Amino acid sequence: MSYNAALTDLIIKMADDELIQGHRNSEWTGLGPVMEEDIAFSSMAQDKIGHAWALYRILHENLEGKDPDTFAFHRPEKDFKCSHLVEMPNEEYGFSLMRHFLFDHAEAIRYESLLDSSFEPFRILSKKVKGELKYHTLHANAWITQLSQAGEDSYQRMQAALNNTVALAAGIFEASPEYEDTLVTERVYPGEAILYQRWLDRIYPILVKASLNLPDPKTITPAYGGRQGIHTPYLQPLLKEMGEVFNLDAEASW
Amino acid sequence: MSQTITIASVYEALEHVMDPEIPVLSVIDLGMITGVDLGEGEVHVKMIPTFAACPAVSYIQQRIKTVLEQELGIAVTVTVDKEAHWQSNRMTSAAKEKLQHFGIAPPQVLAGEMHAEILLAVPCPHCGSKETYLRSPFGSTLCRAIHFCKSCGQVFEQFKPLE
Ligand SMILES: [Zn+2]
Repeated sequence: MSYNAALTDLIIKMADDELIQGHRNSEWTGLGPVMEEDIAFSSMAQDKIGHAWALYRILHENLEGKDPDTFAFHRPEKDFKCSHLVEMPNEEYGFSLMRHFLFDHAEAIRYESLLDSSFEPFRILSKKVKGELKYHTLHANAWITQLSQAGEDSYQRMQAALNNTVALAAGIFEASPEYEDTLVTERVYPGEAILYQRWLDRIYPILVKASLNLPDPKTITPAYGGRQGIHTPYLQPLLKEMGEVFNLDAEASW
Repeated sequence: MSQTITIASVYEALEHVMDPEIPVLSVIDLGMITGVDLGEGEVHVKMIPTFAACPAVSYIQQRIKTVLEQELGIAVTVTVDKEAHWQSNRMTSAAKEKLQHFGIAPPQVLAGEMHAEILLAVPCPHCGSKETYLRSPFGSTLCRAIHFCKSCGQVFEQFKPLE
């Protein structure tokens, strides 16, 4: 399989995750439990959408993709490659926080691995993104720890959120059956299996500190499908809404 | 205008382009300028945004062009430098002092990677106390964090360190 097609596939996956997660974060604007959390989720949304744009731009400039606007908002649902994790609606704050924690550590691990990618635009972008992401994981870690220690009820809710979210999060690391070998052989990145392992190793000690139990990885059945264009029923309505109201100014800053 | 334009005169003019979010700091103070080239009848300036998704970037780009064209009387192009990336260590020490006077705690000098502990005990810009704690890593703009000072009981913002 061609190198460019493999790269394109990987970039779309990453960018769509950022775009959709960014949008889910932005839904907390005005609704967060406290003012500071409102600001935090809006700031993180801004960052994520900025990252998505940077990736769409790489597609456009290096891989003959469409211009970012057209690409982000004028694709049928099946051409999106986001994971099921980011598609899920925000229901409880505990869920959104757990998703934020699991997603941001996965993102941090991925960008760290791209620091020595053979693909130069990845090296440049990951240097930039890595520093910003530290604030996202810092925020997530602080809240996970705090809420797990805020009484029995709060602790139970965080544990339930972890149990319900971990398989979805594992679905981030769905490898492409056609392209994975090429990407690994060409040293674009280390591959999903390695990133998955690094991610588990990264989140485990933080969860332990919060007295939360990470389910045995052997019992986790990752929620795959998103990378192949098979989505939950929650994506379509979100895409429709985004196309209508999205603030295209996000593009200007990249 | 017949004045001779030198690299130095361009940098001097750039000191008059202020950041819209922190009006006491110029784009030079913030370390946003990565290069100046003198071409045939034009000046080319390369700059980088501080935090990548900073919404003010296109505004700042436009301000640089307007101010320089006015002061130097020459065509100016401004582009975002994709190779470079901004780190808080690029900020001059004069800039940090101005920030402090403006009521915002400056970023600490980073030796190596950013880690969570560096956001603890940030000196309060109002009273100088180190009896402070981080309330949120996200403030009113992407580049700021919110802290609380136990000594004077005030909330304050910090320009975050970025590696
Ligand atoms: Zn104080």
